Amino acid sequence: MSDKFDLVVVGGGPGGYVAAIRASQLGMSVALVEGEHLGGICLNWGCIPTKALLKTSEINHLLHNLDQYGFTAKETSFDLKKLVSRSRGVAEKLSGGISHLLKKNKVKVYDGFGRLNGPGKLKVEKNDKRIADLEAKHIILATGARARKLPNLEVDEKLVWTYKKAMTPDEMPKSLVVVGSGAIGIEFASFYHNLGAEVTVVEVMDRVMPVEDVEISAMAQKSFENQGMKIMTSAMVKGLNKGKNDVEVIIEKDGKETKLKVDRVISAVGIVGNVENIGLETTAVKVDRSHIVIDQYCQTDEPGIYAIGDVAGAPWLAHKASHEGIICVEKIAGLDVHPMNTLNIPGCTYCMPQVASVGLTEQKAIDAGYDIKVGRFPFMANGKAIALGEEEGMVKTIFDAKTGELLGAHMIGAEVTEMIQGYVVGKTLETTEKELMHTIFPHPTLSEMMHESVLDAYDKAIHI
Amino acid sequence: MAIKILMPALSPTMTEGNLVKWHKKEGDKVGAGDLLAEIETDKATMEVEAIDEGVLGKVLIAEGTENVKVNAIIAVLLEDGEDASVIDKMDLSEPKEKIAEESPSADAPKKEAAPAQQSGGTTGVQIQAPPMSEGNEYEGRVSGPKEGVFATPLAKALAEENDLLIDAVIGTGPNGRITKEDVEMALQTTGGANLKAALALPRDDYGMPPYVPEKNSNVRKVIAKRLTESKLMIPHFYLTVECELDGLLALRKSMNDKAEGAYKVSVNDFVIKASAKALKDVPAANVAWTEGEIRQYVTSDISVAVATDGGLITPILKSAEAKSLVTLSKEMKELAGKARAGTLKPHEFQGGTFSISNLGMFGIKNFQAIVNPPQGAILAVGAGEEKLVMKNGNPATVTVMSVTLSVDHRCIDGAVGAQFLAAFKNYIENPTSMYDLARTA
Repeated sequence: MSDKFDLVVVGGGPGGYVAAIRASQLGMSVALVEGEHLGGICLNWGCIPTKALLKTSEINHLLHNLDQYGFTAKETSFDLKKLVSRSRGVAEKLSGGISHLLKKNKVKVYDGFGRLNGPGKLKVEKNDKRIADLEAKHIILATGARARKLPNLEVDEKLVWTYKKAMTPDEMPKSLVVVGSGAIGIEFASFYHNLGAEVTVVEVMDRVMPVEDVEISAMAQKSFENQGMKIMTSAMVKGLNKGKNDVEVIIEKDGKETKLKVDRVISAVGIVGNVENIGLETTAVKVDRSHIVIDQYCQTDEPGIYAIGDVAGAPWLAHKASHEGIICVEKIAGLDVHPMNTLNIPGCTYCMPQVASVGLTEQKAIDAGYDIKVGRFPFMANGKAIALGEEEGMVKTIFDAKTGELLGAHMIGAEVTEMIQGYVVGKTLETTEKELMHTIFPHPTLSEMMHESVLDAYDKAIHI
Repeated sequence: MAIKILMPALSPTMTEGNLVKWHKKEGDKVGAGDLLAEIETDKATMEVEAIDEGVLGKVLIAEGTENVKVNAIIAVLLEDGEDASVIDKMDLSEPKEKIAEESPSADAPKKEAAPAQQSGGTTGVQIQAPPMSEGNEYEGRVSGPKEGVFATPLAKALAEENDLLIDAVIGTGPNGRITKEDVEMALQTTGGANLKAALALPRDDYGMPPYVPEKNSNVRKVIAKRLTESKLMIPHFYLTVECELDGLLALRKSMNDKAEGAYKVSVNDFVIKASAKALKDVPAANVAWTEGEIRQYVTSDISVAVATDGGLITPILKSAEAKSLVTLSKEMKELAGKARAGTLKPHEFQGGTFSISNLGMFGIKNFQAIVNPPQGAILAVGAGEEKLVMKNGNPATVTVMSVTLSVDHRCIDGAVGAQFLAAFKNYIENPTSMYDLARTA
């Protein structure tokens, strides 16, 4: 006997559980299949626990820089186990919250892994045991993604870690190499650096955080280097010589090989979609480079089967997955839905200094043929930033000179991840520079820089 | 079949109204055009006329009922011979309302009640006049296109950048807000062409759509002045007569066949000739009014209205009564050509004792022209139409042309006008009686 539902969601991450709750709100009978942990990577092994860790590492940084605020403290120290356990506690607390939300919304949760058995059918299994057979008119695949593994960068989770082990270290490495300077790599680099490790970041592209605006990348790199981090760009890890409790990393840069002996290596070289063992072969669903191919409403090539979140492609962001979940479900319910505008998806990186952005970079705007106006405003000219002792950073805005469309916003500095939403709201409401200029920003706040940056784009900045 | 009478929408925005008064009772005979009822909206009271005829079978909405929904059945009209019992068998339930859009609220609407709604179909441009029917419609509107339009700032900026009139774009954003995508779609679907530069056009202060101004030419000014004077000063009356054309059409065909391209006479040429001849027969119709005297002209100089880009002009066929049909035809073609080219000399269009305006080629059945002063009359010519008539007890089809004579009553009385039309009709229906047919040049 099969259990029948209007909708079955496979995967309980920020894409899947949001889709399930929304579907239930719309009157569907919904099942959610999750074999590991509700909340997915984001909540258990990603966004949330890393933020807990980064907070503690920032506290450590502050304790070592108390002098600038007029404090002295002798011999501050930390207990790595406590830091990690705090981080795990945060994740557990939230995972329990998801369970409660699903229950409240009458979503039936199956503890197991879902495998498609032809269109409209799903087998749920765990440890080779059959849990249930499900039938549904609509099935959403939200199986997420995992760390990409490169052959010359063999992960063993002892000496060479991926994010999961990097989040739960048993002992503090004195030195480490972080391979990859995307959001994940650079956050771990910041975390370990702020806890006192000697960190070297190896990036294959010519700059760190390659998806960000060039200027932001440059500022970030300069800041990391000033803090004492080593950054090697246009560099590749050619191989590893693993020792007993250390690793020799062979790095090629500008045709020259460098050997670096470190305690640990973190591999953060991108991610691949979880498309295996979910029965895609029993359907017409298409996969391209480890990601499920979907249309603008998350529909796959098999009618009745949808994919959202990381498994459906970049950008691999929790909020993108959640939004796709909403769009997908509302489309199924027949509501009037608009496809997602990828230029309105913000990206946040919680390294120190933080980086946040939305829309086109300056280069991409130029490449797209826009005649642009660019505004910049530095943290060091902002009263609140100076008062906080956070004088490093910049807010950069890019406008279409013709229409005044806010094409992109790029920020680096303290708390920018909390500020970017202002520009995202503006972009979603299709603001032009005029409305932003007419907006009254509260004083004294860091957000005043957002105003000044817009003013600067039109040569009207007051405080610079 | 009995006919349902529905609550009419007196304006595009009207959704309901009050039924103030019934002018017919159940059982009353109703003719098409009869006043049926009075409907009141918040803006105006309007009379409702019957479109069909019959007997008012049943009144479903009583006098004095308020907030009657548009398209609600207010009464049933029985056709001739129908019994009131048919009403009982009719489905008098309200026409179904459109299902309101599913609200995305949390109170779990049923899945079945949320059919797939495609939004794609509504994207695009709506090119239509703003509602004109309600006097107060404009008071809430702002004359400029840029304020009071529910559009995102970027949509407005983009529309302005592309000279697109944003009022005409259909919004698909939240609550129908016009978004950048909508404007882009509008630009794409119209190529921007239809609406391009519309923003640059002037607008008046009354919320009217933008317009293209065109300075009045002198010709236009003269037309306006003379026709206004004519319609205001001259006591017009109108006489209509129908002429059978079959004989004329046959003759025209045989003449044109014989001509083998040398000439081609038109129905209008016959009309000119017949008018000229009839004026000769009834000279009292070939007159002009002046304060001191009525002038009766000795020749029939026929002014024929020709539409040109610059306006209406009336080249003259002088002494048309004395010219052969073929001569008239050739002269007419030449004058019309000159009129359209704008090369008529003053003596070719000034003067004339009688006018003809023919809109038959546009399918106009019947119309009343304005007298062209100082002339005393003008003949408005309609299209030839086939009609089924009884002839000697047998049904037959005939081609009938309706003509209406507009007359200046100061110098031509009804009887004179009637005599003229009788003579005209006789020539048209018996074209060979136009004496000089035999000597076609």
